[in-house]
Amino acid sequence: MSVEGGINWVEHLPALQVAMPMLGAVACALVRNGGISWLITLAVSWAMPVCALLMLHEVVAHGTISYAMGSWAPPVGIEYRVDEANAFLLVLVSIIAALVASYMPRSVADEIAPERRGWFYTMYLMALCGLLGMTITGDAFNIFVFMEVSSLAMYVLIGLGRDRRALVAAFQYLVIGTIGATFYVVGVGLVFTMTGSLNLYDIAQILPEIENQRPVYAGLAFIGVGMSLKLALFPLHLWLPNAYAFAPSAATAFLAGTATKVAIYVLIRFLYSIFGVEFAFGSPATQPTVLLLACLGMLVPSVVAVFQVNVKRMLAYSSVSQVGYMILGIALLNATGLTGGIAHMFNHAIIKCCLFLAVGCVVYSTGIQRIEQMAGLGRTMPLTMAAFVIAGLALIGVPGTAGFVSKWYLIQGAAEQGMWWLVVVIVVSSMLAIFYIGRIVEVAWFREPSDAADNPRSLPFEMQMITWTMAAAILYFGLQTEISAGVPARAAEMLLQGWAIGGGQ
Amino acid sequence: MIGGLSGAELIWLALALPMIGALGIAATGRARNLREAVTLITAGATFCVVVLTLLPMVLAGERPATTPIEAFGGIELAFTIEPLGMLFGTVASTLWIVNSIYSIGYMRGNREPRQTPFYVCFAVAISGALGIAFAGNLFTLFLFYEVLTISTYPLVTHKANDDAKASGRIYLILLMATSMTLLLPAIIWTQVAAGTVDFVAGGILAGAGLSTGALGLMLALYIFGIGKAAVMPVHFWLPAAMVAPTPVSALLHAVAVVKAGVFTVVKVIVYIFGVDYLATSGAAEWLTWMAGFTVLCASAIALCQDNLKKRLAFSTISQLSYVVLAAAILSPLSMIGAAMHIAAHAVSKITLFFAAGSIYTAAHLTEISQLNGIGRRMPWTMGAFTIGALSMIGLPPTAGFLSKWFMLGGAWQAENFVAMVVITLSTALNAMYFLPIIYRAFWLPPPADDREFPAHGEGPLPVVLALTITAFGTIALFFWPEIPFSLSTLMMEAP
Repeated sequence: MSVEGGINWVEHLPALQVAMPMLGAVACALVRNGGISWLITLAVSWAMPVCALLMLHEVVAHGTISYAMGSWAPPVGIEYRVDEANAFLLVLVSIIAALVASYMPRSVADEIAPERRGWFYTMYLMALCGLLGMTITGDAFNIFVFMEVSSLAMYVLIGLGRDRRALVAAFQYLVIGTIGATFYVVGVGLVFTMTGSLNLYDIAQILPEIENQRPVYAGLAFIGVGMSLKLALFPLHLWLPNAYAFAPSAATAFLAGTATKVAIYVLIRFLYSIFGVEFAFGSPATQPTVLLLACLGMLVPSVVAVFQVNVKRMLAYSSVSQVGYMILGIALLNATGLTGGIAHMFNHAIIKCCLFLAVGCVVYSTGIQRIEQMAGLGRTMPLTMAAFVIAGLALIGVPGTAGFVSKWYLIQGAAEQGMWWLVVVIVVSSMLAIFYIGRIVEVAWFREPSDAADNPRSLPFEMQMITWTMAAAILYFGLQTEISAGVPARAAEMLLQGWAIGGGQ
Repeated sequence: MIGGLSGAELIWLALALPMIGALGIAATGRARNLREAVTLITAGATFCVVVLTLLPMVLAGERPATTPIEAFGGIELAFTIEPLGMLFGTVASTLWIVNSIYSIGYMRGNREPRQTPFYVCFAVAISGALGIAFAGNLFTLFLFYEVLTISTYPLVTHKANDDAKASGRIYLILLMATSMTLLLPAIIWTQVAAGTVDFVAGGILAGAGLSTGALGLMLALYIFGIGKAAVMPVHFWLPAAMVAPTPVSALLHAVAVVKAGVFTVVKVIVYIFGVDYLATSGAAEWLTWMAGFTVLCASAIALCQDNLKKRLAFSTISQLSYVVLAAAILSPLSMIGAAMHIAAHAVSKITLFFAAGSIYTAAHLTEISQLNGIGRRMPWTMGAFTIGALSMIGLPPTAGFLSKWFMLGGAWQAENFVAMVVITLSTALNAMYFLPIIYRAFWLPPPADDREFPAHGEGPLPVVLALTITAFGTIALFFWPEIPFSLSTLMMEAP
């Protein structure tokens, strides 16, 4: 595979994964022209899944990739470390980014003033760069850096929404996001003082000898709380509804599919690979507490979602409740549950992305965001609303859709642990989804179209097509789960081993 | 009939045909004669595959099956046709043809809007019903169970007014919520306890080591999770669904949907729990009481209904619980009765609904108190109605007599006196709520005031044709019950 100049590009894939979007963002910032910036974004964001898939293939075939950034050998230099778990997430994040990038030009042109469009694309690539960086890096401080890169870019993305409240939402997210990042970095600092290392794999090797000391516990607590803020675990979710509701449609679809998932991945990495299950969940109170938060997270925001008037806010609250499912999967501490949690990251990413893309289509065609105004949309925009319903069914967890698969794993994981009350919570929470999705269906099909809904602007082909690609993917991954459940199963197995005893090579 | 295709290919064909038909209907929506032709051809082709080809294979002892496709983590999409599924598939696909003829007459006669989506959803629903019938494991069954729920929701809410919306809400929430919150955990519990969810003759739970209490709880999750079987208190959706156009009530809420429910109940008892295991464990005793209560209570409510379709709906609830009751008796004869009642009730109740729709189309009457003397103006319709009603009561020479005979025999065999009392009492109740309608229609004089009772004749020809066919079917099943009988016997004999 090596080309002239003697550079083996395949070997440098991990670096390219992060460097390309960053350079693309710089190029966008220099050009600052909507059209050209979009082309750059499109090219870069489609190169990302190629990189990620090549790496996933490499990982599945030959095991973990370890890449020394700048050829400084770890643990001194920064290591990029790719195994099943994060290769899988890289594929997910980059594909969602590529699809949303293909979807967005006219939606962005519709919602954002011309002089700001260049910045939108810059920030889009920057956020992508940060998220991919958080996922791929094997260095605790590097995670913090990329977290800040992605967060700062997201604050701008959200603030670009056309509603003035977007600025408040961005500011809310800024404050809470900064607190979360600070907590994380304090935790990392504590771990560093005890281990003298920032390399994740190295930390995992050193920790077992010293783990019973108080700073390590404190570090774990700080990292856990910091990431919980970032991933919007109930009740630390307050930034999320406004951020999703007021960001530009395309940005919301991108964030909903990727941002919280990456934060969850970081949490999984710390709990399972680095601290290890025995230590992280060593105290008898830890697991019940996390499970309780997950359950409250599944129930309370679902109920809140039923009463929302803005469709994007409703979906945002639904996202908070779905985060509860993923945390539940993590806290079940068995292979089935963890598989379900990781599979749900994947499935929920495509489901929620599809829903927000469909809402983006509605906003583009009619400008409608309030649920009551969606009256009659089922007849005036049948294709878009059909995609919305398919994704909604997946959110409920109807068999044959992607959402069912992860829900099955989670219920089975809970049953295997003998935690029947969890089974009840899971099914009750999916029942609540029937209410908030059913509400949209009733408004869209059983009411006479409102003035706004009656004459929708015709929808650009690419917006319709990408929305339906997502809907088709939801159905496809409902029955063909080699990728969406097979890879998570292997990742879960690997994560459960932990890194401490030299595992994960 | 269709040579050269293997059993697996035939199964896929049977499931795919209605789906292809649905696409064809959607494509030809503008030319309504062509669209109706597509519906009829699809129904006919499905009939050829299911009844003329697969049925003889199953009767000859074959068990056509597809190669399982793994969906995730050991859970497979698999189809196997065993006798009970064949019986349900035969009933559904046969009555689909008759119902298609009827629908054309009804929908045109009443100038219903949005007919194309109606036929599309109908075809999808039939595919769902066949998927349930042929499912080889609980996962596959659950998948098509939900397909059926979702595809019938637009049919139930066809009128798209506030009434339809409210009923649709009850329909969807009750059917989907029960299946999500009770049936799904039951299936996963089975998977965890038995390590499989395949339908195996003799059941799969015998070696799972569940206590009687756990077994009873699991059975309860199944019974109330299968909301389509309408065992009280999860029956509210059925009367609510009567807001749908009559062809929907006829095929879906006398045949496909409700029969999918009781079929699933019987299938779970026979192939998941195992009749013998359940009988020795004693975990099903409560079900006799619950089903018996539903039979009597629903009959009593039916007695008080003046709306014809509502009365038929409560009669359906009561008759469905006959099947559940017969299955809960757990004796070989009663299981045969349960299976045969699926066919007998389907053909009789569809006749009754057809008649109700015919009256509505011709005279726009919906209440029983308005039906004085209508038998003289609509002799075919009311004649068919009478035959259907006799079958509901269980009088010879109709299909209902045979299944009731087997149920009583089974109750006697198992010395289950609760069931015997329930069946006898309910027969009396059935007579009490059906015979007055017949009396009113034929013996009471029509009201003198013609403004209130406009002149009308029989319903449209396709409507009358369809209800005549099913009325004949009701009688024919009494004289030639071989097919349902041998399928039910095969189900109990299977190793």
